[in-house]
Amino acid sequence: MHILSMLILALGAAATLLLAIQASDAVMSFHAGLMALFFVVGIVLVQKRRNNLTNTDGYEDGIIRAGAIASTFWGVVGFLVGLVIALQLAFPVLNFDLPWTNFGRLRPLHTSAVIFAFGGNILLMTSFHVVQRTCQARLAGGWAPWFVFWGYQLFIVMAATGYVLGVTQSKEYAEPEWYVDLWLTLVWVVYLLVFLGTLWKRREPHIYVANWFYLAFIVTVAMLHIINNLAIPISWTGTRSYVIWGGVQDALTQWWYGHNAVGFFLTAGFLAIMYYYVPKRAERPVYSYRLSIVHFWSLIFLYIWAGPHHLHYTALPEWSQTLGMTFSIMLWMPSWGGMINGLMTLSGAWDKLRTDPVLRMMVVSVAFYGMSTFEGPLMSIKEVNALSHYTDWTIGHVHSGALGWVAFVSFGALYHIVPIMWGRQRLYSLKLVNMHFWVATLGIVLYITAMWVSGILQGLMWRAYDQLGFLEYSFVETVEAMHPFYVIRALGGLLFVLGSFVMAYNLWRTMRGDLRIEAAPIGSTNPVGAAS
Amino acid sequence: MTYSEAYEFAQTYGLVYLVLLFVGMLIYALWPGNRRRFDDASKIPLRED
Repeated sequence: MHILSMLILALGAAATLLLAIQASDAVMSFHAGLMALFFVVGIVLVQKRRNNLTNTDGYEDGIIRAGAIASTFWGVVGFLVGLVIALQLAFPVLNFDLPWTNFGRLRPLHTSAVIFAFGGNILLMTSFHVVQRTCQARLAGGWAPWFVFWGYQLFIVMAATGYVLGVTQSKEYAEPEWYVDLWLTLVWVVYLLVFLGTLWKRREPHIYVANWFYLAFIVTVAMLHIINNLAIPISWTGTRSYVIWGGVQDALTQWWYGHNAVGFFLTAGFLAIMYYYVPKRAERPVYSYRLSIVHFWSLIFLYIWAGPHHLHYTALPEWSQTLGMTFSIMLWMPSWGGMINGLMTLSGAWDKLRTDPVLRMMVVSVAFYGMSTFEGPLMSIKEVNALSHYTDWTIGHVHSGALGWVAFVSFGALYHIVPIMWGRQRLYSLKLVNMHFWVATLGIVLYITAMWVSGILQGLMWRAYDQLGFLEYSFVETVEAMHPFYVIRALGGLLFVLGSFVMAYNLWRTMRGDLRIEAAPIGSTNPVGAAS
Repeated sequence: MTYSEAYEFAQTYGLVYLVLLFVGMLIYALWPGNRRRFDDASKIPLRED
C-alpha cells in the first residue's frame, strides 16, 4: 500500500513537472510547477509520517486543527479583499489602473476566497469532526483525508493566483479554468470516498441527520461542478478552454449550478453545522428529529429546481422561469421549518443566550438564515425581480445570507471546536467573542440596509420615465446617487473585517493555551465559558 | 429517445416516482413506531465531546 502511494505521487510529480516545462503559457507553467511541488512535498510527508498515518486508534483530530487554522486564515483574507473591492466601488481611484488590482479581477478573488476558501475549509473541518463523533469511528483512508485538505488548499491557490493573472472562464462562482476544475474533481471524489468510508465504518447504527446534509452537499456539489464545467481546452498545455454549453443552455446550466451552489454548498452544508453544533452548545437534543428528516428531504427535493429565477425576462422559456419562481416560493416551507427546528432547540435553555456569546452567535445566524430565506423567495417573484434584478438589492441579499448566516454559524463552530481540539479548558476570552459578535452584527446591519436603499433607489431610477416617455436618468446619474450607500457599505465591511481580526487573535491565544481572567457573566452558574 | 419522449416520461412516470418517494419519506418520518428510534438518534451529538 505504501509503495503504491509513493508510486502514484511520483507519477503525479513527473507528469506535472513535464507539463510545467512544456506549457504553452506562463500561468500554466506556474500552476503545473505548483502541482509538481505539491506531489514532491507529498512524497516527503507520506514517507516521514508513515507510522502515524496507519494509526487506527481514536479520532483523527490533526486535520481538524489544520482546518481551523486554514479557515480562519482564508476568512480574514477573503473579508479583507471584500473590503478592498467595496472601497473600489466607492472610490474608483483604488483600482490603481493596473490589470492585477482592478475590480474585475479582485471580485472573483473575493467571492472564491469567502465561499470556497473560507466556507469550504469550514465545511471540510466540521464534516471531518461531525462524522467522526456521530459515527464513533476514525476517518477512513489513511493519508487520503490529508490529500483532500492539502489538495483543496492547492485548488484555492491556483484559482486565486489565476484570477489575479487574468485566467478565468468567466462563469460566476465557477471561474477557474479546466485544469483547476479537473484537480478539484479529483480532490472532491477522494473527499466523498473518505466521508462514505467513515460512514461505512460507523459503530453507531443510526446515521445522524447532520451527516445526511454533509453527504447531500458533497454529492450534489460534485454533480454541479462537473456538469457546469464541461469544457474543451484549446490545448492540453494551455490554460484557455471553451465551455461546451452555448446560448441559453449555457445560461441555464450556469444558474442551475450557481443557485445550487447556494443551496447545497452554502445551505445544506451549513445546516449540517447547525444540526450538530447548536444542540451541542445548548446541551439539548434537536427540537424535533422528525422535522429534521422532513426538512432535509423537502430541501433536497425543492432546491434543485430553483435556478431559473436568476434568468427572469431573458431568452429562457417563460414556463421554466415560472417553474424556477414556483419552486423558490415553495422553499419557504423547508427553510422556515429548519429555522424553527434550530431556534426551538434552545427551548428551556434560553438563558444560555445571555451567558454564552458563542451560542448567541449561532442563534443569530439561524435567525439570519430565516430572514434571508424569506427575502430570497420574495425576490424570485417575477414582479419583484423586475425591480430588484441587477441592482444592489441582490448584493445585500447575498450578504445577509453569507455574513449573517454562513459566516456567523462558522464563527460559532470555530469558537466551539478550537478549545476542544487544542485540549484547552475554555476560550481565551468570552469578552472578545462578545465584542466580535457586536462589531460584526453592526457591520452586517450597515451593509444590508445600505444595499436595500441603494438597490431600490437604483431600480426605481432605471425604470423612471418622463412625460414624453424618455428615460428620466442616465446611467451615470444612478451611479452618482449610489455613492453614499457604497461608503456606508464599505464601513459595514470594515467592521466585519475588524471583528474577524478579533476572532483570529482570540483563537490564536486559545491555541497557545492562554486564559484571560474575566468575571463570570451575570446569571451564569458555570465557571466562565467552560467548554461543554 | 427524442426530446418529446423524454419530457413525456418525466411528466408522468418521473412525477409519480418523485411524489411517491416524498410520501414514503413522510410516512417514515411520522410513523409512530419510529418515535423511540428518533428520540435516541437526536441524542447522538451529546454522547462524545
